[in-house]
Amino acid sequence: MSDPILTVEGVETDIAQYHILKGVDLQVPRGQVTMLLGRNGVGKTTTLRTIMGLWRNKAGRIGFDGRDLNKMPIADRCRAGIGFVPEDMGIFAALTVEENMTLAALSGPLDPARKDWLFATFPPLRTFWKSPAGTLSGGQKQMLSIARAMAEARSLYLIDEPTKGLAPAIVSTMVRALRELKAQGASILMVEQNFAVAKALGDRAVVMDDGRAIWSGAMAELAADPALQERLMGLSMEAH
Amino acid sequence: MSDAPEHSPTFARVSLARRLDRAAPYLLVPVLVLLGYMAIGVPSSWLTLTVSGLAMGMMIFIMASGLTLVFGLMDIINFGHGAFISIGAFMGVSVLFWLPGWTQAASLPLNVAAISLAILAAMLLTGAVSWVFERVIVRPVYGSHLKQILITVGALIVLEELIVVVWGGEEIFLSRPEMLQGAITFADAALERYRILAVVVGLLIFAALRLVLQRTKIGLIVRAGVQNGEMVEALGYRLKLVFIGVFVAGSALAGLGGVMWALYEQVITAGMGEGMMILIFIVVIIGGLGSVEGAFIGALLVGLLQNYVAFLEPKLALVSNIALMTAILMWRPQGMMPVMKGH
Repeated sequence: MSDPILTVEGVETDIAQYHILKGVDLQVPRGQVTMLLGRNGVGKTTTLRTIMGLWRNKAGRIGFDGRDLNKMPIADRCRAGIGFVPEDMGIFAALTVEENMTLAALSGPLDPARKDWLFATFPPLRTFWKSPAGTLSGGQKQMLSIARAMAEARSLYLIDEPTKGLAPAIVSTMVRALRELKAQGASILMVEQNFAVAKALGDRAVVMDDGRAIWSGAMAELAADPALQERLMGLSMEAH
Repeated sequence: MSDAPEHSPTFARVSLARRLDRAAPYLLVPVLVLLGYMAIGVPSSWLTLTVSGLAMGMMIFIMASGLTLVFGLMDIINFGHGAFISIGAFMGVSVLFWLPGWTQAASLPLNVAAISLAILAAMLLTGAVSWVFERVIVRPVYGSHLKQILITVGALIVLEELIVVVWGGEEIFLSRPEMLQGAITFADAALERYRILAVVVGLLIFAALRLVLQRTKIGLIVRAGVQNGEMVEALGYRLKLVFIGVFVAGSALAGLGGVMWALYEQVITAGMGEGMMILIFIVVIIGGLGSVEGAFIGALLVGLLQNYVAFLEPKLALVSNIALMTAILMWRPQGMMPVMKGH
């Protein structure tokens, strides 16, 4: 793979007494969407959080755009160009939608053109602009969480299960938004359990099991091979 | 997959009961004032006690505001906060003693200037001490409440002993500046001038804190950090720097409160801050951890209730605030206006 934007090599992470990541190796190509797949509890979320610095890796190396992230503070990883959408969405419930977005604009007021694009992509944000984020529905919170990561252009987005528990129509909105993000040149590493979404968005896939990346390749190759899915994840993803 | 349908929500009417429930904390102070009026019966006495209670509440709020933010923002229990009250009081009183010409002059501007200088010196010293305190005492014990309690109580004792070393172990008595002594008469009620000043200073501090927290980016970061510090960092803000700033500012406010309290009580001791911590913790807890508005309302309730009860039934004054805390926690176990954590 030529000049990946993110390189994870032999990363190991412990959470309390648990050894979660046992040597993760993966790469994210520039301008592509890489899906991080696998059964529950294999370390996908931990991988994203470790890349973001929310959990510290005890071994291995994380390289981003020519920089070593290992000792970089969390805030600096964002400033270096990584946007993060956590599994729990991480919205500030007591702040308004506007305040959530203002906070996400690091370099000053939110750019009007970008704000218009986000409003067009996620219309409820305009409707509830002055409302406390805690009053939004689950889907609207997820839109806010993703829009917040997109408030300023980032070169890499780490997105953890953005479609979890959402209605199909809202999932479509998410997919369209992420496609637009990709079209703007961003790279995305995304954890996703919804195979239809993974197939629709993913260029590449990395499959994890027991704290390691056990397979990586083209998403289309994985999608086309139920036997491979069965071998890697213990069930056919076509069943999803 | 089809796109999400056009979004045109209709907003439900908020029921009266729900609106009252939301507004209840704000209504408690006027309700208590009204109950005080009915119980005391004599308007002039009621007015005197109300101003006294508001003044006391404002000073407690000034001292408590920093602690509640530190609690909320970084989950730090800092019993050493009381030492900053004492340090501020001693520093401020020292400045007032160095300016006898200003404090004894029958000139309100000179008197206020002397107090302002005393407050400035107190805030600078407590701010500087708290910066070292955070680095040496607090930083190693992030994440462990038991260790925080043990080490900050120890640090409180050490700082009190340092005050004794510098200023001596005796009580120091002081007089208020000339123009702030005595009282004015309004509607047959004697209103102490200093208490009126304390109310004004408290309101100014509350307004300034509200302004900073609600209208500035740093305030936005602090409010967000109280809810979900991890996410604030993931959005590119170094929360530790913000925390240090809040810790120093909160301690400086404790120093300010120390000067105000010293002039209120007209006597200072090394242990005065420690003595205030019970009231401050009550205010922080009933207000809701991390809530400046909650601390403000809580402080006013504590100040008013203590004054009313001390007048009506002096023997009950000591337990009145504990009873208030018990009642509020039975009503709202997280305090009146707790900060929403997470999502």
